[in-house]
Amino acid sequence: MSLLEIEDLKVHFPIRRGVVFDRVVGQVYAVDGVSLSVEAGKTYGLVGESGCGKTTLGRAVLRLNDITDGAVRYNGTDLAQLSEADMRRQRNKLQMVFQDPLGSLNPRQNIESILVEGMEAHKIGADRAERRERAQRTLDAVGLPANAMSRYPHEFSGGQRQRIGIARALVLEPDLIICDEPVSALDVSIQAQVLNLLEELQKELGLTYLVIAHDLAVVRHISDVIGVMYLGGLVEEASSDELYANPRHPYTKALMSAVPVPDPDVEDNRERILLTGDLPSPANPPAGCRFHTRCPWRQETRCDTERPELRLLSGGHKVACHFAEEIESGEIQPTSELAAAILPDAHVQTDIPDDSGQVT
Amino acid sequence: MSTKTDKIDRLAELTAKRGGRDGHGASLWREAFGRLRRSPMAMAGTVIVGAFVIIAIIGPWIAPYDPTAQAWGNEVFPNRNMFVGPRGENWFGLDHLGRDQFSRMVIGARQSLLVGVVATLLGFAAGAILGGIAGAAAGLGKSWGRRIDTILMRFTDMMLAIPALLLAVSVAALMGQSLATVMIAVGVAQVPIFARLLRGSMLAQAHSDYVLAAKATGIKRKRIVLAHILPNSVGPVLVQATLTLATAIIEAAALSYLGLGSPDQSIPEWGTMLADAQRFLSGAPQLAIYPAIAIIITALGFTLLGEAMRESLDPKLRK
Amino acid sequence: MPLLKVDDLSVTFTQRGKADVRAVDGVSFSVSEGEVVGLVGESGCGKSVTSLALMGLLADRGVKVGGSVNFDGIELLNLHKNAMRDMRGQELAMIFQDPLSSLNPVVPIGVQVTEILQRHRKMRGEAARKEAADLLDRVGIPDPTRRLKEYPHQLSGGMRQRALIAMAVACAPRLLIADEPTTALDVTIQAQILELLKELVDTQGTALLMITHDLGVVAGLCDEINVLYGGRVVESAARRNLFAAPTHPYSVGLLGSIPRLDAPRGEPLKPVRGSVNDNIAWSDGCAFAPRCDYYTMECLQGPPELVESYTGHKYRCVNPITEHTAPAVIDTEAS
Repeated sequence: MSLLEIEDLKVHFPIRRGVVFDRVVGQVYAVDGVSLSVEAGKTYGLVGESGCGKTTLGRAVLRLNDITDGAVRYNGTDLAQLSEADMRRQRNKLQMVFQDPLGSLNPRQNIESILVEGMEAHKIGADRAERRERAQRTLDAVGLPANAMSRYPHEFSGGQRQRIGIARALVLEPDLIICDEPVSALDVSIQAQVLNLLEELQKELGLTYLVIAHDLAVVRHISDVIGVMYLGGLVEEASSDELYANPRHPYTKALMSAVPVPDPDVEDNRERILLTGDLPSPANPPAGCRFHTRCPWRQETRCDTERPELRLLSGGHKVACHFAEEIESGEIQPTSELAAAILPDAHVQTDIPDDSGQVT
Repeated sequence: MSTKTDKIDRLAELTAKRGGRDGHGASLWREAFGRLRRSPMAMAGTVIVGAFVIIAIIGPWIAPYDPTAQAWGNEVFPNRNMFVGPRGENWFGLDHLGRDQFSRMVIGARQSLLVGVVATLLGFAAGAILGGIAGAAAGLGKSWGRRIDTILMRFTDMMLAIPALLLAVSVAALMGQSLATVMIAVGVAQVPIFARLLRGSMLAQAHSDYVLAAKATGIKRKRIVLAHILPNSVGPVLVQATLTLATAIIEAAALSYLGLGSPDQSIPEWGTMLADAQRFLSGAPQLAIYPAIAIIITALGFTLLGEAMRESLDPKLRK
Repeated sequence: MPLLKVDDLSVTFTQRGKADVRAVDGVSFSVSEGEVVGLVGESGCGKSVTSLALMGLLADRGVKVGGSVNFDGIELLNLHKNAMRDMRGQELAMIFQDPLSSLNPVVPIGVQVTEILQRHRKMRGEAARKEAADLLDRVGIPDPTRRLKEYPHQLSGGMRQRALIAMAVACAPRLLIADEPTTALDVTIQAQILELLKELVDTQGTALLMITHDLGVVAGLCDEINVLYGGRVVESAARRNLFAAPTHPYSVGLLGSIPRLDAPRGEPLKPVRGSVNDNIAWSDGCAFAPRCDYYTMECLQGPPELVESYTGHKYRCVNPITEHTAPAVIDTEAS
């Protein structure tokens, strides 16, 4: 039963220029046609590097970014079509945990106020006393001491602040929590604590997670299904085990081979697929397959003209590549001629002045 | 097991020794205030400002003589070229009309404080409203919001383009010479500064993660602006207010010096005193030096306080 | 004879009205020519401060540096500021974490490189520009002559880091210190940069001191690894030895905290409990004790010494993890 269904979602940011009043001179195609579905009680991991649009997607699902096109169906209701007021009323069911533990907490609010504020906005709890009690219980559930209520965010460590962020989401009793890089700002040992906490909470409360991260190992550990994004599109989707055992898309293969593993034997003996050049600009994506400018398996036909659909191969494994089967069977090899034929990457665009166009 | 309890006791002992870092609910304001108390610059500024304010308030009671009465006129008028310097009964001596300088300085403090505070409050209030609306409109991110912000900011730019002096003269032409003229003129010149400051501060906060988080929590827009964005934007504006007070006092003195202030020559005001003393600079420089130094020290006091406040509120200095 | 020998380095930050902070508390290690040594630790362990101390980049006031830093026979801590400045860039060079803030945003890349060539190799004009283009090419920046005129914001993150590396190796320094050089970069770009560093070490024989928190990075790159905690080295071993037999409970905890791409899913991670705020002072005992699952009374009597095994594996622990360690009894009351 899918709790969240995203259908051909597009989020484009206008690029504005102008002296007194701005004109729109171009678009940043941050999210350009993504479809996925998240099953209730499960964790969907969205992974990709900077510029792929995963954070923009997460925020668009919650209407924190404007949706240009497409549908976001939560329990059947299309969130993209709701009015602002109606959307606001839905927000307690769909919550978010942010990347920056310090920046996402109002420095002038104490913890009690942070937790109670949300409850008040959604009329949870009959009175102040009951809300305070719920807040206390939630703090307990995330492993924070009782005296945290009267303290301020800057008095806590990074890991504790992230727990506060989780508590803020939990206290509204959501069904879905979108975790936007929940652990990347934390130390390694604290990361593990917070990841364990998230898993525990999911088991206990039956939560559904959409986890957005760039760390493939973290995403694999916590997710049931993983979607790999590149330059605004989903290039591969599979169960976590399947994705690791059998990555089919060239980008996923390169990504997997680049992740450092803390094991000297593995590191010495692994085959590294190095991508050349840098990410093209999301304001000016390559024609055809977005990845063709850096793909070691790029072919002469179709790759630079036709954008591949995300199509289903066996066993729930979806890939967006024209030649996935041929690469799998070994019919097509990455060769040095292909590598030499890869265009040197487009000069990075500099004219993206509107900072609302930032893609992460 | 006794060894286990011993172990735990010992660990507890050592951890306690480390010193608790419990903040016990120290809000940012309280922490900033604590930093302020320890800063020598803040101390110096507070002392000066405190002295100034106290003198201004209790002025009428400590001024030994009536500042407008030309009590020693008979001493001064006959001898046009002889000026009475500091002596037993007149600590700062007499001015050219036989009035006690000390009393005039003390009462003058009152006027300067009045003008400085009122002008700053005017500028702050009007500027904050202008900047606040622009900041809130732009921060909420809708297209109509951006338009409102643009219009208000261009208006502010226009105000900035007019030189303060010209503005003051125009106001004086409209309202006639009076203390109110000076206050309004100085205040109006400050409006665009406060407006831009608050608007910029609010915009910066509006893009922060915690505002996004508040939106995600489902908090209403009005509350986000008032309870989240505004309190975090106020810091730089408060600092600017202290610095503005310093400038306001100097500017008021300048305007009075130019003759735009209260036409009643007898009520002492540091700027008018300075203007009057111009003619006697060669013979009796002290008539000019006293009010000049008073203006300088007072402005310095406010500036020190403002700088110290800015440093203590600076988030980079927080741990 | 190692190129760099750091002996009992300590860095104390003093601030009026507050207690002294010993960021680095007796760190010793060495780096030989052509060797890659890693300094691994999390925030607060003192690794970045160590690198700044080596380069002489710490502030003058409020900082006390003790111990010895011997670079090819020269004691760096005793050097006069001007002499140290001459060495920087020439003999030792540093690559910083954030390429965007480490480059001057208003100066073109080419000028930033030729500046170094002018300062140390006395090159000027056309010769300097040609050398700069060569350097950019060597670090893998395509179309280098055009890039010389570009500004940092026109380059991507990976390119900027390459430019920084080019600047660092411009004068063929004998020691390169890299402080979290890839932390701010994407994984695929990180792989490229690490390959580049490896290549530089292999072809030029440069010694590399790699500072990072990522154990995966050191597993592939370093010959020798030092694990730092609370300002001291708590474990030091050759690469394979450290991963095959981590001995200090902190190292074990660190390795257990990392989700691995090649390990089976489904098992919860084994994090280190608590945080660095729970440390006790080294003078009172082992700073890690409050977070350790294996601590004994002995751990709380005084600072543990660094013990060396016959394989050269060093660890600072009186109750280390070996095959003989009793199964962990987690003291829940102790936290």
